[in-house]
Amino acid sequence: MGFSKKAKFKVERDRDRCIDCGVCVRQCANEVHYLDEETKEVKCNATACVNCQRCVELCPTGALAISVAPQQYTNSDSWSVDHMRAIQIQAESGGILLTGMGSDRVMPSYFDRMMLNASQVTNPSIDPLREPMELRTFLGRKPPKLELNAHGEPQNVPPQLEIEVPIMFSAMSFGSISLNAITSLATAATEENTFYNTGEGGLHKDLFKYGKNTITQVASGRFGVNIDYLQAGAAIEIKIGQGAKPGIGGHLPGEKVGADVAQTRMIPLGSDAISPAPHHDIYSIEDLAQLIYSLKEATEYMKPISVKIAAVHNVAAIASGIARAGADIIAIDGYRGGTGATPLRTRDHVGLPIELALAAVDTRLREEGIRQEISLVVGGGIRHSADVVKAIALGADAVYIGTAALIALGCHVCQKCYTGKCNWGIATQTPTLVKRLNPEVGARRAANLLRAWKHEIKEMLGGMGINALESLRGNRLMLRGVGMTDSELRILGIKAAGE
Amino acid sequence: MVTIDARGVYYMHLNKRIRQVLQDGAHELVLKNVNGQRYIADAIRGRYRLTIEGIPGNDLAAFMDGPEVVVKGNAQDAVANTMNGGTIIIHGDAGDTLGYAMRGGEVFIRGNVGYRVGIHMKEYQAQVPLIVVGGKTGDFLGEYMAGGIIVVLGAPDAVDPVGNYCGTGMHAGVMYIRGEVANYKLGREVQKSTPSDEELEFLATICARYETYFGQQDYEAKNATFTKLSPQGSRPYGNLYTHT
Repeated sequence: MGFSKKAKFKVERDRDRCIDCGVCVRQCANEVHYLDEETKEVKCNATACVNCQRCVELCPTGALAISVAPQQYTNSDSWSVDHMRAIQIQAESGGILLTGMGSDRVMPSYFDRMMLNASQVTNPSIDPLREPMELRTFLGRKPPKLELNAHGEPQNVPPQLEIEVPIMFSAMSFGSISLNAITSLATAATEENTFYNTGEGGLHKDLFKYGKNTITQVASGRFGVNIDYLQAGAAIEIKIGQGAKPGIGGHLPGEKVGADVAQTRMIPLGSDAISPAPHHDIYSIEDLAQLIYSLKEATEYMKPISVKIAAVHNVAAIASGIARAGADIIAIDGYRGGTGATPLRTRDHVGLPIELALAAVDTRLREEGIRQEISLVVGGGIRHSADVVKAIALGADAVYIGTAALIALGCHVCQKCYTGKCNWGIATQTPTLVKRLNPEVGARRAANLLRAWKHEIKEMLGGMGINALESLRGNRLMLRGVGMTDSELRILGIKAAGE
Repeated sequence: MVTIDARGVYYMHLNKRIRQVLQDGAHELVLKNVNGQRYIADAIRGRYRLTIEGIPGNDLAAFMDGPEVVVKGNAQDAVANTMNGGTIIIHGDAGDTLGYAMRGGEVFIRGNVGYRVGIHMKEYQAQVPLIVVGGKTGDFLGEYMAGGIIVVLGAPDAVDPVGNYCGTGMHAGVMYIRGEVANYKLGREVQKSTPSDEELEFLATICARYETYFGQQDYEAKNATFTKLSPQGSRPYGNLYTHT
């Protein structure tokens, strides 16, 4: 019956403007546009369109527009086009629905319902253009008290990551994204004194030189993990979970495992790279401690160890366990976090909003008196600098951004990362597509984004009369909630607007 | 040769000492009275020889790349975790998750091993890890196996040499099990076959090496029958998903 072949998007070509130059034909890896040999006109097959907007952006005469195809069925709140289409596809294939990026469901955003404070009259705001503003952040376990030697230098401080902006690029593996995309992020992280994260796909040989701005990841598949890899970065992150797919593993399809990816992951060409759902040596907090200390021993206690989990219902208790297991950093990923591939239902229905998870974890660690023993990094739904400021006011030490960084590189969030046909050269390993992303341009754009957000953060901090990010951390008095229930306010630990 | 008495020494101090001694130029190291200290030879790289008298703790030789480690006793869990190269010879039994994500080197175990051994072993080009178990194994042997070789000699009688769910999710690599493996014990992704003559020759060399390390066996390698287990395909989950 082929229900699923119906176009999701409408590709409109203004015939008055189109000059049949064929740019759209060459740019579309999905083969939407084609030259009709008979009429010598460029035409299109909209069923293949994923709405990545590449043709629209590159059309020299502005002749193209893509819109969501109009409602095709009788209106029903229960049975939307998306619900019906999903059933039709599954009835045809019997498969698990796969998608990419973070959840696109309409769910309340707590960031959007929190307002920040500013100074008026009674304590002055600070102008960051004229006065120093401190954003420097140290990630890692802090000693219970600071000991100084005769020269006034701190002693016995566990290893720390030092960042000049409280934003890091979250884990995206080589395989899921292209080498040019990773190189862009690695370069930008180096320029702006922050970190990018290798994800679980190993470290490409060309990326070792960015080591001091690299966090290497160890996940259940242990791809590309050897001594060189563990020693290459400034910190190691154990990946337990991910916001876009809590509780499940990942499969990088064999099609994406070309020579370079095979070498970096140390697996045969064209084989599926399967990350099992759990680490099969971690069935308890004690087992987690074993891996944490195995990595600490392997790097002679010189690097902080991070543990990344998805935000799930008992996240506060889990985070407490992770802190007690010896981790130096906890990274928590909210349900809006992106991914290269995830089952649709898991992405959209499993996990927690990061705002609530963060507040719950920070509160719990404070109550237990161990908050200073571990740094808290959150990701999954950070869209702009105000989200960063709110996250820090809720108790985060820093944030991870993934999707926002990719949008800076050209991503249009079409959610088709898993097809490997990314027209923007990001989520692909096809050489002709990868080439479209110039790593120098990408690096400049990603670095610009960090700098822009940095300025905005300073403006908002100054507005609150605060001149150091440290003074905002966990300072929930700077937040007020709009339109929230009492329980939501209680969990977030903030007052209602007007109070 | 340097000897370290590990009696009562905390693992952190013991391992620091080991790294120091090797860095100072020692090539042969004997650890006496080892009693549960974890992470011995963790991420050690080079041509060293470590002899461990006693029972090393979990994560022995994790990430190790090159040394030969001889254990004169039993070993605990997670031996050879993500190991890259070298040889481990265990004169006793070993625990769970031995050889997890091991990507190179060899482990010979005289006796039995626990659960989840050889999970997610993988290979790349010339790096093909090898695990040889003299006795029998627990459940989930070679689960998610993505490369490498596992040999189970099944001593003494080769009856029920492996546990349940053997090779579940296996998508590369090979296992040779002495004796018969009942179908119900196998993961869905595994197929049984008879080893070729070439493979039997390889197994004879494995048996010979086993005897070199641990002494004479009570069966004749050349008369032994082996079951070969290999994956049905390299893409076990290729048809699981559909695109939205």
